[in-house]
Order: sequence, then C-alpha cells, then structure tokens
Amino acid sequence: MMTAQFLYGGAGMVLFVLGIWSFLVHEPLVRKLIALNIMGGGVFHVLIAIAYRGDDMAPDPVPQALVLTGIVVAVSATALALALGRRLDDLSPGDGPDFSPPAPQADLPLRPKEHAGGSADVS
Amino acid sequence: MSDNGLRSDTRDRDLRLLLGVLLATIGALLLWVFYTAVASDPGPRLAEIAHAKVPRSGVSNPVTSVLLNFRAYDTLMELAVLLAALLGIWSLGPAAAPFQQAGSALRGMVAWVVPLLILTGGYMLWIGGQAPGGAFQAGALLGAAGVILRLAGDASAGLPNEVQQRWLIIAGIAMFLLLGLALIPLGGGFLTFPPVMAKWLILLIETAATIAIGATLAAAYVGGRPR
Amino acid sequence: MSAELLAFAVAVPLLGAMLAVVTVTRQGSETRASPLLNWVGLITATLTTLVIIFMTGAVWQQGPLRLELGGWGVPLGIALRADGLSAAMLAMANLVALGTSLYATGYFRSNDEALHFWPLWLLLWAALNGLFLAADLFNLYVMLELLGLAAAALGALTGSRDAVSANLRYLLVGLLGSMTYLLGVALLYTAYGTMDMSLLADVMRAPGPTDGTALVLMTAGLALKAALFPLHFWLPPAHANAPAPVSAALSALVVKAAFYLILRLWLELFAPVATFGASMVLGLLGASAVVWGSWRALRAERLKLLAAYSTVAQIGYLFLFFPLLAATPPGPAHDQLVAAVVLMALTHGFAKAGLFLAAGLVQQQAGHDRINELGGTAQHLPATVFAIALAGSSLIGLPPSGSFISKWLLMQGALETGQWWIIPVAASGTLLAAAYIFRVLSRAFGLEPTPLRFVTDARTEVPALTLALISAAALGLAAGPLWTLLGLDAGGGA
Repeated sequence: MMTAQFLYGGAGMVLFVLGIWSFLVHEPLVRKLIALNIMGGGVFHVLIAIAYRGDDMAPDPVPQALVLTGIVVAVSATALALALGRRLDDLSPGDGPDFSPPAPQADLPLRPKEHAGGSADVS
Repeated sequence: MSDNGLRSDTRDRDLRLLLGVLLATIGALLLWVFYTAVASDPGPRLAEIAHAKVPRSGVSNPVTSVLLNFRAYDTLMELAVLLAALLGIWSLGPAAAPFQQAGSALRGMVAWVVPLLILTGGYMLWIGGQAPGGAFQAGALLGAAGVILRLAGDASAGLPNEVQQRWLIIAGIAMFLLLGLALIPLGGGFLTFPPVMAKWLILLIETAATIAIGATLAAAYVGGRPR
Repeated sequence: MSAELLAFAVAVPLLGAMLAVVTVTRQGSETRASPLLNWVGLITATLTTLVIIFMTGAVWQQGPLRLELGGWGVPLGIALRADGLSAAMLAMANLVALGTSLYATGYFRSNDEALHFWPLWLLLWAALNGLFLAADLFNLYVMLELLGLAAAALGALTGSRDAVSANLRYLLVGLLGSMTYLLGVALLYTAYGTMDMSLLADVMRAPGPTDGTALVLMTAGLALKAALFPLHFWLPPAHANAPAPVSAALSALVVKAAFYLILRLWLELFAPVATFGASMVLGLLGASAVVWGSWRALRAERLKLLAAYSTVAQIGYLFLFFPLLAATPPGPAHDQLVAAVVLMALTHGFAKAGLFLAAGLVQQQAGHDRINELGGTAQHLPATVFAIALAGSSLIGLPPSGSFISKWLLMQGALETGQWWIIPVAASGTLLAAAYIFRVLSRAFGLEPTPLRFVTDARTEVPALTLALISAAALGLAAGPLWTLLGLDAGGGA
C-alpha cells in the first residue's frame, strides 16, 4: 500500500515541480494556464494517493472531496484567466506585458473563426 | 543585432537551466519529505471517522456525505468561486459571434447527444447519493451539453436570456443559503442537517446546484455577456 | 446564539451578492442595473458590518467564539473561530468595506460598471469575512481562491489594457500561490490526518522535515499574495489601475488578509517549527520591501501608483516584526509586539483605504492622477486633500496615529532584542514616506483663493475622510481597547 501511495504521490510532486518550471519559463498565456493546471493536478495526485488505504479497505473520502472542490476551483480560475487573456488580445496591442497570447497565426485561435463562405454540408 | 540576440538566447537558456536545477532539487526534497510523511503512518487519518458517520449523513456515498454534509460549507464557497468566475467573464464584454450553423451530420449527432447528456446528468444527480456521482458531475454533463450546442452554432449554448440566466446561476448558492439559514432555528445550527431530513435536504440542494453549475459552465464557455 | 453570528458574517454578504446578481431590469434587449442595486449593496454592507460589530462585542465580553458547522465537530467538520485577532481584523475590514461601499454608490457613474461591481464586491466581502473566521486549512484555501478571483475580476473592471493585463498577472500569480499553499495543506494532512488549525497546533510539538516544508510552502504561497518583496512585482500595476474603491479594498484588505494568515500560521500552528533563522528571512525581506517600496513611491509619477508602492513598503513593516517575535520568549513583551503588529495592520488598512478613496476622487475630477499636474484640482477639493493629509500622516507614522505607537514599539523591541539593524530601516522608511507624502501635499497649497465649501460630494468624500481620521487619530488615541480585545494586559502600552 505504501508503495502505491508513494509512487502516485511522488508522481504528483514531480508534476507540481514541472508545473512551476513551465509556469516560470514559458511566455504564452495558454501555456502558463496549462502549467498551473498541471501543478494543480500534481497536488490532486498527492491527495488521492493518501486516500488509498489498500485494496481491501474503503478509501478515505475526505481527500477525494477536497480534490473535487479543487478541480472546480481550478476550472473557474482557468476560465476567468482565459477570458482576461482574450480581452487583452482584443484590445489594441501596444508594447504589452508577457501575458499577451501569441499572434493568432502561431497558435490555436481563442476566438471562433467567422466563415465567409457557405456551409460545409453537401447534401 | 544577431550578436545581442545570441547572447540573450544563451542567457535565457542558462537561466532556464539554473531554474531547472533549482526546481529539480526542490522536487527531490519534496519527494523525500513526502516519503517521510507517508512512512510516519499516522493511521487512517479521517477515513474511519468519516465512514462511521456516513449512515447519519442521509446518503450512503461517503464522498457525497463529505461534500454535502460534513464539509458542506466548503461546497457552498466553491459554488461561489464558480459564480465569481462567471461574473468576471461577463464583466469583460459581450460574447463573441457564434460559430457557423452545424452541417447535417453534426446536427443529427447533436439531436441525439444533447438529450442523452441531460438524461445522464439527471441520473448522475440521483445516483450520487449511493454511488459516484452528484451535483458537480451532473452539472458538468449539463455544461457539456451547452458546449456542444454552442459548437453546433447555437449562440447562447441552449441558455435563456440574460435575466433568466442570472436567476439560474444563483440557484445553487441561494438554495444552500436559504436552507442553511432556515436550519438555524429548525435544525440546530447553520447547515446542520437533522439525520431524518438529511437525504431530502441534500437532494434539494444538489438539484439546485446541478442547474446552477450547468448554466454557469455553459455561460462561461459562451465567454461573454449574452447578446 | 452569538456563535451563530460567525455564520451570519459570511452568509449575509453572500445572500446580498445573490440579490445583487438578479437586481436587473430589461430595457429593450439590454440588461441594465436596476436603480435598486445601490440600495441592495448598501443595505447588505450595513447589515454585515452590524453583524461584525455585534460579534466583536461578543468576543470582547465572552472571549473567543467557536462554531462547528453541521454539528459534526472537528476534525470531520469545519470550524469557524473568532478570537481577538480575528475580531480586530474583521472590525477593520468591515468598517473599511462599509466606507468603500458608500463611496462606490457615488463613484460608479456608468450603469454597466455598477452592475458588475456589486455582486463581485459582495462576494469578495464574504470571502474576506470567511477567511478571518476560518479555522480549517482547506476552507482557507477555498476562501483564498474566492478572494483572489473576485479581486482580479474587480481590478479589471475598467477594461483598459493596463488594468486587464495587470490583473491577469495578479490572477496567475495568485493561483501559483494558492497551489503552493494547497500542497502544504496536503502534506500536513498526509502527516497528521487533520486540517483543523487548533488540532494541528496541539499535534505539532517537535519540528520535523514535513512541518518545516509545509511551513515554507504555505508561507511562500501566502507571501506571493501578501506582496512581500521580492514577490511584490504584481501589486503596483494591479492596484494602480483598478477603480478607486477596488484599489482601496485590494491594498487595505486583500493583501492584509494574506499577511494575517502568515501571522496566524507562524504564531499558532508552526510556533515550535519556525526557527529564528526563518523569521530573520522574513524580516530581511520586509526590510527590503520598506526601503524599495518607499523609494519607488517617492519616484512615482501617478498618485495611485505612489499609493500602491506605499502598500508594498507598509507590508514590509509588518514583516519586520517577525524576527522580534521569534527572539522574544512568550510573555508580556511578546504580547506587546503582537498587539503592535496588529495595530499597525489595522492602521494601515484604514489609512490606505482613505488614501485610495481620496485619490480616486482627485482622479475623477482631474481626469488623470499625475502628481505634478494635480495642483488646480487639489485646491477645489479641500475635504479630499485633508483626507490625503490625514492618511499620509498615518502612513508616515506621526502621532497620534496608531502606526506611531506601533513603530515606537517596533523600535523598542529592536533595542531590547539587540536587532539594531531594524532601527535605521524603520527610520529611513519613515523619512521616505514623509518625502513622498509631502511631495503630494505640496501641490495642494498655493496662492489660490480659499475654497468656499469644505465638502464637495458628501457620499464620496465623507467615507474617505472618516477612514483617514480613524487611522490618524482614533486608533492612536484609543489603542488600549485593542490590547484588551486581543486578550492581553493593557499595561505598559500607549
């Protein structure tokens, strides 16, 4: 049981550190958000790891509930950050801060494309 | 210019390397500390206490007991976090233009998938008392239905007008608060569910929360104030 | 019954926020704020402040209050706790928030901004109250997240490029801090199986690697949120570009909440673990913050940027107390220092809020807040300039403000524990503060005819003036009760 806990929780710690590294090193907003979510995922790994009590005993429900709460919080924060990033993208680009998303050609566009032509259906 | 560019590139690479080494050391330290903590074996932590109290909580799924009864206050604030994010998104401006209308294949799929999602959401909500499931899972499915509708060309992701949306998104927190406050005279404290009523109170709160979460997630995906 | 007040402190603003979300009217296809919205906001603000006043009264008379939610008891359930420290911070926070709410009813001219402001503001208020009352570490995490999200959303309300980018940075940095804090909580749960602060304080006797690491993680995460040097880089642009009532709340309350958490963790939970060396690190960082923040404030071009850098410096003062606390064994001298740091936090809360509210008025009237060009406007707003002067005197640390007493006790403590280096730091910080405050005020005095009216717009100027007055005079002259509230002897104080 302890090995499983340590393997899974240790992986969580590694993810946490990787997330911090990526957050500090990468510039584009979306990558920073992915990094933050990976950090969060790492912490959740740790919590789930210690919820495991062996194959024959019911797991600890408290850390599982904590992780559920944490996931919702992470989703909310990511949503707000993306909206702020898109608003920044919409405003006229001057010499902006590090967190402006890259030019639309370089990455996945955050906005839906306007299609000038007809619809794609052939029937 | 190329000389400066090279130098700053090397400096960046060096900085990254330094940062990487520093973080790797921190990671190793964290791993060792975690190992020590796990090895110290503090026993079952809260598991035994939680499982012992589950029968009195009104539901038989231990995680739902923790979420909606033992630590209901955390869940209430978590709903508030979700709402705050949506309000922040709404404050930033109107929603972007909708996607193009779905072609016939996508339209056909949507006609099947969305009702199925709603049905599954309802099932998740009900089964959450006994098996993995509950308000958040059900709400996420409803939100997914909204996302699919928006991707298929529906500008409002299946949601009603803004005034009605505002009522939907507060439903979860409002139900939680009203029941919680009503329980002060009736139940013995804020959010203190009497074991006989607990099952129905939890179901009531979870239903309101499911609607709120689904609406909030769909509205967040729309990404701006409804036009 | 008084224990239930703890639940009301969070439930009332939350309920108000829900009402504020739906207090809208439809005009054609537009959804606009109903005229009732300001009233919903103000009534909620007043009710919440009343709850806190009653609660503080109850703590004064009966001692610490504790409420175990759901009747489950710890460690399974969540507990709320109001002791002297929480009550003092809550009283300050709610009074500042009330003044800011009143100010906001007059500040937001645009219907749209008011529509978005009130629900988020009330959610922020609920998170603030919940944070000061929380006794459970994971509950604190959720409160911190709500606080950070609401604060970032409010800060970006103006929609300008600077505001949005600064608050996006704030949000991201805040998330980094929260995740780090959460890892610390997860470690503590792994080692001890509980998240309740009082239970953990009982269990953590001998320091071990787990405790030390958890302390570092949680402090680092919170230090990011409290803008301790060198993690302060996000604060000046975020606070300077937010609307004035939001800046007031951010500088006076939100960063203070993170500091309060660090103080509580170090004093209660990690008391056996926090070594003198660790406290010294905090103290040195605080010293750097004092000098760097004051210097940047002196060189700031804009009034709100000056105020934001001043916050960085004042937060540094708060952290200067940590080495002193670590070097003083528990007893009356230790209690004296705790009361001093709390008094400093309270005074700064009132002063910074008053300053930002007044600066916001000046900015609205002049259309800008560049210090060098503010002369004419200052002449026309005598009450506002008076508020700036009072708040400024409190930031400098002139008597009879509360910060004078705190700085006095800080220097006294430095002498007694032999940490001489604190004295030149505090002195230079005070001198720099005097310089930048006088720089602003010097614009206000000129050879203009005396203004006819003292108060131009009561709804906005009176709150600013009142908050500044509380910081400059009330907290200094009436500091004694704070000692009693914190449960300490009032002897040897002011």
